[in-house]
Amino acid sequence: MSVMKRLLSGNEALALGAYHAGVRVAAAYPGTPSTEILEAIARFDDVYAEWSTNEKVAMEVVLGASYAGVRALASMKQVGLNVASDPFMAASTTGIDGGLVVICADDPGVHSSQGEQDNRHYARLAKVPVLEPGDSQEAYDFMAHAFDLSEQFDTPVMLRTTTRISHSKTVVDVRRSRKLPDRQPSFKYNAAKYVMLPAHARIRHPLMEERLVKLTEYAETCPLNQVVQGNKKLGIVTSGIAYQYAREVFPEASFLKLGMTYPLPRNLLHHFAKQVEKLLVVEELDPFLQENMQAMGIEVIGKEFIPRVGELNPDIIYEAGRKAGLLPDSPRRKTETGIELPRRPPLLCPGCPHTGVFFVLSSIGQRARLAKAKDKTLADSPLIITGDIGCYTLGAYPPLLAMDTCACMGASIGEALGMEKANVGKKVVAVIGDSTFLHSGITGLIDGVYNNSKITLVILDNGTTAMTGHQEHPGTGISVQGKEAHKVALEHLIRGIGVSDVRVVNAFDMKELRRSVRSALDSPELSVVIVRGNCAVRVPKRGEPRAIDMENCNLCGTCLLLGCSAIQRTDEQLYIEPSLCVGDTCAVCQQICPKQAIGPQSKINQLK
Amino acid sequence: MNLLITGAGGQGIILASDTIGETALAAGYDVKKTDTIGMAQRGGSVLSHMRFAEKVWSPLIREGDVDLLIALEKLEAARWASYLRPGGIAIVNNHALPPLSVSLGNARYPTDEEIRSVLEQITDRVYFINGTDRAKELGNIRALNILILGCASHFMPFRVSTWKESIANRLPEKVRKINLTAFDRGRKEIQGVRISKS
Repeated sequence: MSVMKRLLSGNEALALGAYHAGVRVAAAYPGTPSTEILEAIARFDDVYAEWSTNEKVAMEVVLGASYAGVRALASMKQVGLNVASDPFMAASTTGIDGGLVVICADDPGVHSSQGEQDNRHYARLAKVPVLEPGDSQEAYDFMAHAFDLSEQFDTPVMLRTTTRISHSKTVVDVRRSRKLPDRQPSFKYNAAKYVMLPAHARIRHPLMEERLVKLTEYAETCPLNQVVQGNKKLGIVTSGIAYQYAREVFPEASFLKLGMTYPLPRNLLHHFAKQVEKLLVVEELDPFLQENMQAMGIEVIGKEFIPRVGELNPDIIYEAGRKAGLLPDSPRRKTETGIELPRRPPLLCPGCPHTGVFFVLSSIGQRARLAKAKDKTLADSPLIITGDIGCYTLGAYPPLLAMDTCACMGASIGEALGMEKANVGKKVVAVIGDSTFLHSGITGLIDGVYNNSKITLVILDNGTTAMTGHQEHPGTGISVQGKEAHKVALEHLIRGIGVSDVRVVNAFDMKELRRSVRSALDSPELSVVIVRGNCAVRVPKRGEPRAIDMENCNLCGTCLLLGCSAIQRTDEQLYIEPSLCVGDTCAVCQQICPKQAIGPQSKINQLK
Repeated sequence: MNLLITGAGGQGIILASDTIGETALAAGYDVKKTDTIGMAQRGGSVLSHMRFAEKVWSPLIREGDVDLLIALEKLEAARWASYLRPGGIAIVNNHALPPLSVSLGNARYPTDEEIRSVLEQITDRVYFINGTDRAKELGNIRALNILILGCASHFMPFRVSTWKESIANRLPEKVRKINLTAFDRGRKEIQGVRISKS
């Protein structure tokens, strides 16, 4: 195959690398910044790819595929590995048959996560090797190494990427084509390896320790660990995206770029350290390399100057270098704008099916306030709203203020239950999306049924996993390849586990929404309201935009409490931006206007 | 060459920067680009770093190193102005999309004079383009990104034919023609725009 240059994102390169390395089964649950990996793999006909219900299931699916002797890949965001950690640890204990690679995409800077965590610690915990590519070329190349390493050492391999690697596009020489191993899928019975009874697990543990020793020896000559000879004054040990920044900021230095960051090559590190006068570690998040090197007795600086919080960039590294006395004071000016610019945070879209029900919860909970209203704190609200993870978490922002907690996937239901059982003294309602409910909300609901809870659960069913870019899930009845699949109907599932008070409501019918939510909150038993309406981004045709009749409008501002970005204010005038309004399918503002001043554009003489 | 492309979610910033990247690759450069896209579809600020040269290390550009700032919304131009190098070029779509906090009365949208002065502190090469109006005239406001790209193409070392090839490759059949027209319209538009000094 001739070399072809392509501009690929890290995620696309990982997918192509896995495909060329002969992956046969791939599974994932969507999560920024990892989502596009499985989407890209699913485009290849000769790979079985699936959206799994959650990351734990994805890990178990690929573990089974590996036991069956084929190369398999799971991908997930950093917190996804928390969910999948049980089978991940088990995979390390049993080892594999077909090569098994787990991509975990960390999110330094918390671009789109509920927290910042450094998943390299999982590699140490699980005693598995971790590879860290520094651009799309390496993402593509490392994938083949990862599968080989997995089979050579009988271990799952973790491939750690970050948001900046996954979502940057860089040039890739596509050097290979798909190569499948000759072996046919088969399961080799071996109870001592695959059945983790305590007696067998006791046999496996020393094998894991032996494997780690062998991997450490391998690290010394691993081709993914590279020395770049520069001057002897400064040596830099680094990996991943941090290498790119450091190369730019310290063009003269010598580098040891680690492609494999666990286990570490002790001799190579000692040797490199001896060659340079001063040794600096440049790494994102925790001092993982630094502390491991210090434990080896190597004198090194790093996190004393480089922040362990947030995403790095060349400016931050320059500043760290300056503070460490390695770089001169920057002659760069820092421009101050001199004016305070309004922020532009993400919002629920115009026409979002979550807006109406949040407005209802916000009204019942006495939360949304007009600008002129006197200040009350949310502590006075008669309602506690536990929330979950998805676009709808944005409902926590003003003006809706319709969410009090958001911890991790599926937590809303258990939290509501815990508050109720703690006798918090207020009505508690949990809010969760359809995809998140199936991911890990259902177990919480079963707990509520079993333990006689009386909470209200609102499921925001927009028929997609919207936040990560509209992926299918078991509730949509469509596969990752866009083909028809068996559909799990939420109301049947919920009735099936023993909830009798279940209502299904149209997300855009404000009267019905208000009535249903109120009566669910008054219900003497556990109640579930499924609020159903298509995600606005996926509504194929826009209807006639709404408009505001300024002759009837008294500027009360009620419509602004929806937080709809199509409803805008200039000076003392309200108007609806027709290019943003989705029109007929929504019309939520029209239904809540106390002066009936909002209607279809053709019937209203809007001033602007 | 270092470029920042910015605007609000939904304006087509990623597509614009992808197109520049493909064009630079076709012209034989090393290319790196990186976007903030986590929640872009939901109307937040979007920023794309785009670099091409013989060899590029970091995909992120250092503050003060941007040669060309392309803003599809003018508040966003002011927000990232400090990334421009002295004497760099700013191409600003003369259009405001007020954030919700402005509509709610909790914040104030900067005046045109303020936006201009923020940019002109750093460079006098600031081009305000009535891109939204021009795109509307062409019959598709969504072609705004490619129209502004047409303006920006004047300052990049690529042939028009290379540009058009990557636009045609990147866009589906049904909107290809309007976007190629928009690109031409943008190239023409910038020639008529004078760098205005306050």
